[in-house]
Amino acid sequence: MNAHTDNIAQYNFAYLDEQTKRMIRRAILKAIAIPGYQVPFASREMPMPYGWGTGGVQVTASVIGSDDVLKVIDQGADDTTNAVSIRAFFQKVANVAVTTHTSDATIIQTRHRIPEEPLKPGQVLVYQVPIPEPLRFLEPRETETRKMHALEEYGLMHVKLYEDIAQHGHIATTFAYPVKVEGRYVMDPSPTPKFDNPKMHMSKALQLFGAGREKRIYAVPPYTSVKSLDFEDHPFEIESWEHCCGLCGSTKSYLDEIVTDDAGGRLFVCSDTDYCNTRQEQGFQGPLNSEAAE
Amino acid sequence: MTLDSIAIEGGFQNPVFDAQTIFRAVMKAMAEPGTVHQGIALASPPAPMTPEAAAIAMALCDRDTPIWLDPALADDEAVRAWLAFHTGAPLANTPADAHFVFSADPEHLIGLENFSQGSQEYPDRSATLVLQVHDLSGGEELVLEGPGIESEARFAPHPLPRHFTRQWAQNHARFPRGIDLILVSREGLAALPRSTRIISQEA
Amino acid sequence: MYVAVKGGEAAIQNAHRLLADRRRGDRNMPAITLAQIASQLSLAVDRVMSEGSLYDTGLAALAVKQARGDMIEAIFLLRAYRTTLPRFGYTRPIDTAAMLVERRLSATYKDLPGGQLLGPTFDYTHRLLDPDLAEGAEPAAPETRSEAEEAMPRVSDILANEGLIEEDGALPENREPGDITREPPEFPMERDQRLQALSRGDEGFLLALGYSTQRGYGRNHPFAGEIRIGEVDVEIDVPELDFPLTLGRIRVTECQMVNQFKGSKKVPPQFTRGYGLVFGQSERKAMAMSLCDRALRAGELDEDITAPAQDEEFVISHCDNVQATGFVEHLKLPHYVDFQAELGLVRQMRREYEERREGADTERREAAE
Repeated sequence: MNAHTDNIAQYNFAYLDEQTKRMIRRAILKAIAIPGYQVPFASREMPMPYGWGTGGVQVTASVIGSDDVLKVIDQGADDTTNAVSIRAFFQKVANVAVTTHTSDATIIQTRHRIPEEPLKPGQVLVYQVPIPEPLRFLEPRETETRKMHALEEYGLMHVKLYEDIAQHGHIATTFAYPVKVEGRYVMDPSPTPKFDNPKMHMSKALQLFGAGREKRIYAVPPYTSVKSLDFEDHPFEIESWEHCCGLCGSTKSYLDEIVTDDAGGRLFVCSDTDYCNTRQEQGFQGPLNSEAAE
Repeated sequence: MTLDSIAIEGGFQNPVFDAQTIFRAVMKAMAEPGTVHQGIALASPPAPMTPEAAAIAMALCDRDTPIWLDPALADDEAVRAWLAFHTGAPLANTPADAHFVFSADPEHLIGLENFSQGSQEYPDRSATLVLQVHDLSGGEELVLEGPGIESEARFAPHPLPRHFTRQWAQNHARFPRGIDLILVSREGLAALPRSTRIISQEA
Repeated sequence: MYVAVKGGEAAIQNAHRLLADRRRGDRNMPAITLAQIASQLSLAVDRVMSEGSLYDTGLAALAVKQARGDMIEAIFLLRAYRTTLPRFGYTRPIDTAAMLVERRLSATYKDLPGGQLLGPTFDYTHRLLDPDLAEGAEPAAPETRSEAEEAMPRVSDILANEGLIEEDGALPENREPGDITREPPEFPMERDQRLQALSRGDEGFLLALGYSTQRGYGRNHPFAGEIRIGEVDVEIDVPELDFPLTLGRIRVTECQMVNQFKGSKKVPPQFTRGYGLVFGQSERKAMAMSLCDRALRAGELDEDITAPAQDEEFVISHCDNVQATGFVEHLKLPHYVDFQAELGLVRQMRREYEERREGADTERREAAE
């Protein structure tokens, strides 16, 4: 048998074949109609590994058109290697315009962050999700967790959070912090820091979640209630920093900690590179830049 | 024209991009219930199927999605042949087996509870209904609230299935089970997902 | 001054160039050809086809070459290609009884119609590294059968004649075979989908699970009823024709494990079966698969589910090496945002801990005064 090497490079617009896109599109529509519910879908093998954004890539590939402007971030940054790789993939297979500016994008695919700049109506935020089931680490069996969602039986999750309080004095979940969508489904926001949870609530943008390996798609329509689980005597709180961003001086953004030497030297900078760059262009300076200017 | 040529003609000009355009319009309509999305008349089916409904069928239906046609469509051989050729979708044996439902005469549509509602475990296994209406602005105004709507949304499709607000209240009460609606007219398309509540209507 | 990391794109391109160079190896040596891989590393190619679930020796050889011999990477390459292929229909079930057999053995009968046929096996080779092979010595031509071939009924058919073994399962009328690559899996699974998952499953994972059943974790008393390797016709029904069309021949390995079963009030005592079928020549995988298949039938056969190999959701959810490798290896992707969140929490908890301890110390001091 010969190797059909000449055929291998012939892929459809946005890589996926039309039948696959239809299947994913149908799943997305049901996901939007049932906010927070995980729709099973026949996830395809993608040309990048499972766990590296195949769910997000399949969702984006099914949604994207030739007029779209795509932004891809990983850890909030446009220049992390996996973000670069996924962006290059869509440039190659969909010949689509790309941007690093949050406000210019029509579709933003993300891993682990929600941009700091509030999203606008009409934008679509596509999350890459590793483990879509918020109950998975309490109950590993799909057959069981599916029943729990069906019966709205979320006691186990509250018990877990309360055990945290008993043991540590507060809830010890810092990322992938579970939320309740429109008062019905408990949902995993993907491993974003809980800092980003409030941005999901009543967002103006449509939020789509794709989990390729686990074969699930879910969604939060715009203007939808997304509440982080908490208790009256232990309300949900987001993290805060003693520092501001070293580059742009922001005190409102999520900061990455950069180790600058082996003697405890630390520097804090915005994890959202577009937000940070835009602020610097606007003339905002952090301590590091003002030192340099002096 | 022969039946064969009617069946073959009238599809998308650019199958890949037209399907994407239609899907994005439906997605936006589903995400923002009650809003109207234009530019979707991209197919030319035989009457009484409309270009808008046909474009949705082409964009979303295939071998894997049994469809059910209301009598106004099902009785038309040319419509059946056109849909079979352009989508490959099998006709559902019963309304409850259909993934998609197309109706050219929504006023006389059988009750919404006859279509697949999904199960409590798999509420996504429910039907999507595509209703061809005369217009989206000339009927009695429906005031909507729910996910996708900042405070409230209004639209006025006409005509609708009998006792629509009552039927819709029952559909919403079944949440997370229930059917989802797409309404099409020459003005474009709008959607009512099961999560939407109709809060008032002049009775 | 700190400068944000840039130039991911150039770094990726350079890494890929370096990879291509390393793959090429010493440029003073001729590059290995796909034909050489397909014919001389054929068992590697077979495994890639089997777990890649695409029968194409040329593409599988390319995948092995492109993956620098990394089996799971090669399987992944083939899967990613397979997923883009259109689906025209389903073939008829292959008829392994009509196989052109190259190897056939039964551990349950000393002799049987068609006989035992060792074929190209490693069995009974003494595992001594061969200096002649290192020197590139040409082996002697093989002996081939001259006499006309005797029919080789499957051992399961022989036992079935006596009614001593459960029958082949049959799909209900009009039911298309399940396809886990087209439908999201749902538990509990039908056996056809489960067998598909196992056939694509990782050889090492299934081997370890099969082994665990032999060591008592879900023991099912297996006998290797029959293993056969050879070529079978692949036929498809075409609506316009009243006979099936032969698409070609594929080499497969089939294992029928014969397992003990006591019978019940409704069913007379009879042997049960575990089934394994893979592309190419891989009896290790086919045997492991049949042990796992039988173990996973515990529920159906009213046996207690006590062992990992009997746990369908556990086995099927974790047997796919392309999924497993992706998720394990994704840990090398940046996680600094989440780590920062955890770091903040641990620091906060440390502060609270120190404060509590200081508070306790002060109290103790005050009490002592």
